[in-house]
Amino acid sequence: MATEEMEQLVRRDYKEGFVTDIESETVPPGLDESTIAFISNKKGEPDWMLQWRLDAYHQWLKMKSPSWAHLDYPPIDYQAISYYSAPKRPEDMPQSLDEVDPKLLETYEKLGIPLHERAALAGVAVDAVFDSVSVTTTFKKELGEAGVIFCSISDAIRDYPELIKQYLGTVVPVADNYFAALNSAVFTDGSFVFVPEGVTCPMELSTYFRINAANTGQFERTLIICESRAQVSYLEGCTAPMRDENQLHAAVVELVALEDAYIKYSTVQNWYPGDENGVGGIYNFVTKRGDCRGDRSRISWTQVETGSAITWKYPSCVLRGKESVGEFYSVAVTNGRQQADTGTKMIHIGEGTRSYIVSKGISAGRSNQSYRGLVKIGPRAKGARNFTQCDSLLIGDTSGAHTFPYQEIGNSTATVEHEATTSKIGEDQLFYCRSRGISEEDAVSMIVNGFCKDVFQELPMEFAVEAEALLNVTLEGAVG
Amino acid sequence: MLEVKDLHVTVEKKEILKGLNLTIKAGEVHAIMGPNGAGKSTLSAVIAGKEGYEVTSGSITFEGQDVLEMEIEERAQAGLLLGFQYPVEIPGVKNIYLLKAALNAQRAARGEGDMPAPEFMKLVKEKIAQMQMDPSFLQRAVNEGFSGGEKKRNEILQMLVLQPKLAMLDEIDSGLDIDAMRVVADGVNSLRDSKRAILLVTHYQRLLDYIVPDKVHVLMDGRIVKSGDAELAKELEVQGYEDIVEEPAA
Repeated sequence: MATEEMEQLVRRDYKEGFVTDIESETVPPGLDESTIAFISNKKGEPDWMLQWRLDAYHQWLKMKSPSWAHLDYPPIDYQAISYYSAPKRPEDMPQSLDEVDPKLLETYEKLGIPLHERAALAGVAVDAVFDSVSVTTTFKKELGEAGVIFCSISDAIRDYPELIKQYLGTVVPVADNYFAALNSAVFTDGSFVFVPEGVTCPMELSTYFRINAANTGQFERTLIICESRAQVSYLEGCTAPMRDENQLHAAVVELVALEDAYIKYSTVQNWYPGDENGVGGIYNFVTKRGDCRGDRSRISWTQVETGSAITWKYPSCVLRGKESVGEFYSVAVTNGRQQADTGTKMIHIGEGTRSYIVSKGISAGRSNQSYRGLVKIGPRAKGARNFTQCDSLLIGDTSGAHTFPYQEIGNSTATVEHEATTSKIGEDQLFYCRSRGISEEDAVSMIVNGFCKDVFQELPMEFAVEAEALLNVTLEGAVG
Repeated sequence: MLEVKDLHVTVEKKEILKGLNLTIKAGEVHAIMGPNGAGKSTLSAVIAGKEGYEVTSGSITFEGQDVLEMEIEERAQAGLLLGFQYPVEIPGVKNIYLLKAALNAQRAARGEGDMPAPEFMKLVKEKIAQMQMDPSFLQRAVNEGFSGGEKKRNEILQMLVLQPKLAMLDEIDSGLDIDAMRVVADGVNSLRDSKRAILLVTHYQRLLDYIVPDKVHVLMDGRIVKSGDAELAKELEVQGYEDIVEEPAA
C-alpha cells in the first residue's frame, strides 16, 4: 500500500478524533498492512506494537492453514473479513427486551439467567439496563488495593508497556501457528491480568465484569501473569448463547506462572452453533497455552465447550519449572452438525513435573467430535508423571467420537497412564431412570451430567450450576 | 388392579410368552415361579415397558388403563414400579438425587408440587434406617461399587420412598445372604396393605418363607401352567417343576 494512502487513513482518523470515531467506523473487508496500521492507530498503540503486529502479519503470509484436524469446512476467505468494527451505537441496538428474538429469551429463561443480565447479553442498549458501573468501581478499588492489574489488553499496551514487552508472545510466539499469527497481527480486544508477588487475587476475575466486554472481539488476546506465590482464578465466557456476526474467531490466551504461582482458567464457551444444517455458526480457532515457568507452579484449565459450528482448541501447559503441575479438565458437547477437534498438550520439561488430563466428550445428533492430546516428556523431565482419562459418550446412532492420543516419551523414568472409554448412552441406564418415572429428557440430562461430574466439580461454584443447565439446553431434543 | 390377558411376547423373533393370563387385585401378593428361561423376567420387563420386547397379541391393563399404550415413565407415574434383578450403575449421579428426581416426577404427574426438602430428607432418613443402610449411600453414585446385596436393598429403598401401587420385584432374593434377605423381605412386607399389590418373580421358594404370598403361579414355557396358594411353592420345592405340572391342574 502506498505511503500516502496510509497517511491519509491515519490523518483522517486523527482529524475525527478517537472518541467519536469509535462509534462510527468500520474498516472495509480485507487484510493488508494498512488494515493493521489502522487497528494499531485506532488503539493508540506505540510504534513497537505496530512493528510487532506487522512482523506477525508477514510470518502469517508465509504460513498455511492447518489441515490435520478432523474437521470439514470450506476454505476461509481472509480478504472477505472485516478486521475492525466499532462497537454498535446505543441507538442501533434493541431498545428493550421486546425487540429481542423470543427464542433467545426462552433460552435465557431456561438457563436461569437473572433478568438484568438477559438484556445485556441480548445486546440491549447498555445504559438502559446495566448497573454494573458501580459494581465495576467497587471491585476495581479492591483489586487496586491488592496490587492486581485487570484491564483490557489495549489499556495495558498503553499503561504497562514494560510488562507487555516482557511477556506478550513469550508463551505463544507470533508464528506459533496460522491462527495465532493472524491473531497477533490483528487482535483488537482481550484482557490483561497481572498479579504481583505473593498476592492471592481477592476475587474471581471474569470477563463479564470488564467494561466493554459486552462486545467481545473477533480476535481476542488475553495475557495473565502470576508472579511468585501469586494466585488467580479467571473465568472466561458466559453460559448464555452469544450471537455474533463474525463467523471466524481466533483468540490467543497466554498464561505465565512464576515460582509457586497458581493460575486457574475456566471457560464456558457457548457461541452460536449454526442452524440445524450448521449454517451460520461460529468457527472457533483458539490457541491457549500456559507456561509454568517457575518451580512448583501450577496451571489448571477447565473448559465447557458447547457452542460453535467448528471448534479447534487445545489449551496446553508447558511444564518448565521443577515439580510444576498442569491440569486440563474438559467437557465438550456437540449436537446438530457441530464439529469439534479439541484436547490438550502437556509438555514436560522440568524434573518431577506432573500433568493430569480429564476429557469428557459428548456427541449427539449428527455431530462429530475428536479428542487430540499430546503428552511429551523431555529428556530432562526425570520422574515426570501424566495421567489421562478420556471418555466419550455417544447419544443416538448418527454422532461420532474419535480419540487421537499422542505420547512422546524422552526418558525412562516417566510414568504415563492413559485410560479411554467410548460408550453409547446406556439403554439400560435410560430404562432404569425412566422406569422410576423420570422423563426421557430428564434421564438423559441426569446421566450426562453424572458423566461430566469429574470436570464440573473443578469449575467455580456458580459456573458449575450454570454449566449443568447449559448442558441440558444444548442436548434438548437430542433423544427421541 | 392388573389384568394380563392372553399375552404373547417375542424377543428377537423368538416367542417367549405364549398366551399368559394373570389377574392381580389390590391387597394381594403374587409370586411367579418357574425354571430358568420360562419367561418370568420377560413378564415384569414387558409390564414396565423395556424395549426389545414385542407384544404380538394380548393386553395389559392397570386400573383400567392400557399399559401397552403408555410410555415407560408414565407407567411408573401410574404406580407400576419394577425392582431390578441387576440394577445398573449410573456414575456421577448421586443416589439421593435419583430418589428426589423420581419422587418429584411422580408427584408432578399427579399434579402435586415438589416435596419440600426437609420433608423429603425426613422421609429418606426414615426409610434408609428401615433398610439398615448407612446414610452415606445417599451421597454415593447410583449403584456404583455397591455389592449385590447393597443394590437389592437400594431397590427396596426406592420402593419405600416411591410407594408404588404395584411393586414388581424381579429375583430380588438372588445374591442375598440370610440377614440381607430378612431386611429386604421386611422392607417388602412393610409395603403390604389393602390398596397395594406386589408381584414377586423368583426362582426359589426360600424368599416366600419371608414374604408369604397369597397366590403362587408356576410359569413354564411361556404360560402359567398352575396356580395355587403359598402351599404350592412348598410343594414345588419338594417335587420340582417337571413333576408338579404332570399332576392334573388344581
